[in-house]
Amino acid sequence: MSFLDYFRSRKTGSASVAKERLQIIVAHERGKRDQPDYLPQLQQELLAVIRKYVQIDDDMVQVEVDRNEDCSVLELNVTLPERR
Amino acid sequence: MARIIVVTSGKGGVGKTTTSASISTGLARRGHKTVVIDFDVGLRNLDLIMNCERRVVYDFVNVIQGEASLNQALIRDKRVETLYILPASQTREKEALTKEGVEKVINQLSETFDYIVCDSPAGIEHGALMALYYADEAIVVTNPEVSSVRDSDRILGILQSKSRRAEMNQDPVREHLLLTRYNPSRVEKGEMLSVADVEEILAIPLLGVIPESQVVLNASNQGTPVILEEQTDAGQAYDDAVARLLGEEREHRFMDSQKKGFFARMFKG
Repeated sequence: MSFLDYFRSRKTGSASVAKERLQIIVAHERGKRDQPDYLPQLQQELLAVIRKYVQIDDDMVQVEVDRNEDCSVLELNVTLPERR
Repeated sequence: MARIIVVTSGKGGVGKTTTSASISTGLARRGHKTVVIDFDVGLRNLDLIMNCERRVVYDFVNVIQGEASLNQALIRDKRVETLYILPASQTREKEALTKEGVEKVINQLSETFDYIVCDSPAGIEHGALMALYYADEAIVVTNPEVSSVRDSDRILGILQSKSRRAEMNQDPVREHLLLTRYNPSRVEKGEMLSVADVEEILAIPLLGVIPESQVVLNASNQGTPVILEEQTDAGQAYDDAVARLLGEEREHRFMDSQKKGFFARMFKG
């Protein structure tokens, strides 16, 4: 690279945007890849149970499995609507 | 025992068949008895790329269903002595490739061949799963472009969970990245993902970089595997990839645009 490059903006290309977007989506999809098959259905059923009591949107229940060496943790995150 | 290599990508049109033709030709030219199998049932094209489309009598599905023997279906390449092609069926549906049927054919080929190269169809459906199931190694063909890289990552996940090696808890399928249609000058302008970018995202060892080149289309027009175009950058890049596949150390080439002189580099733009 020449010293003149130093003064030139390197942000003109779209490749860096591509890389950033890919890193995010690939990490997200890899995370899902290792999840057990029953997870989506589990999420649906939990949603149905919670909806008996509180009205919440689909994306307000997050279910994830964290695998450690000797045990797995089922992580359940429910966001409740603001109380009025 | 043959080494079974799948050429796969997830995405279509990235150069799987071009790569299968060149890698198998390269292996055979180095004296290894090699067979290349077209797994794209219904959309057969390897025969066209290898210039044997008019010599197809029986196909892969005929062999699986016992309508022809393996020797009847195998087509001997006219350029390289130790190379054979097993064409896909053009008429059957892809479910004709059963796991047992494919295994039977691969086991039989394994007895006499050194290398079995499996040219996978695009997608992640049945045909693609059958092509990768028995693989010992995988060449993941990727273009420096977002959808291709994402699909390659998806295929890597499938190799790690749905191949025979994964199911049997054996050593994992050895993965190789082959970056095709690479345009160094666009990379330098920041318009295209670089080799390093793709390596960083996919995190598998790099087998080779094939430069974007008019030569590839010319070769396919004529039914010549591009590796036989020895005077060209793409042909040489494929030859390097074959050498690396066989364990040779070779420096990566064709990753920079034409070298500029000293003054041009200092004051370019």
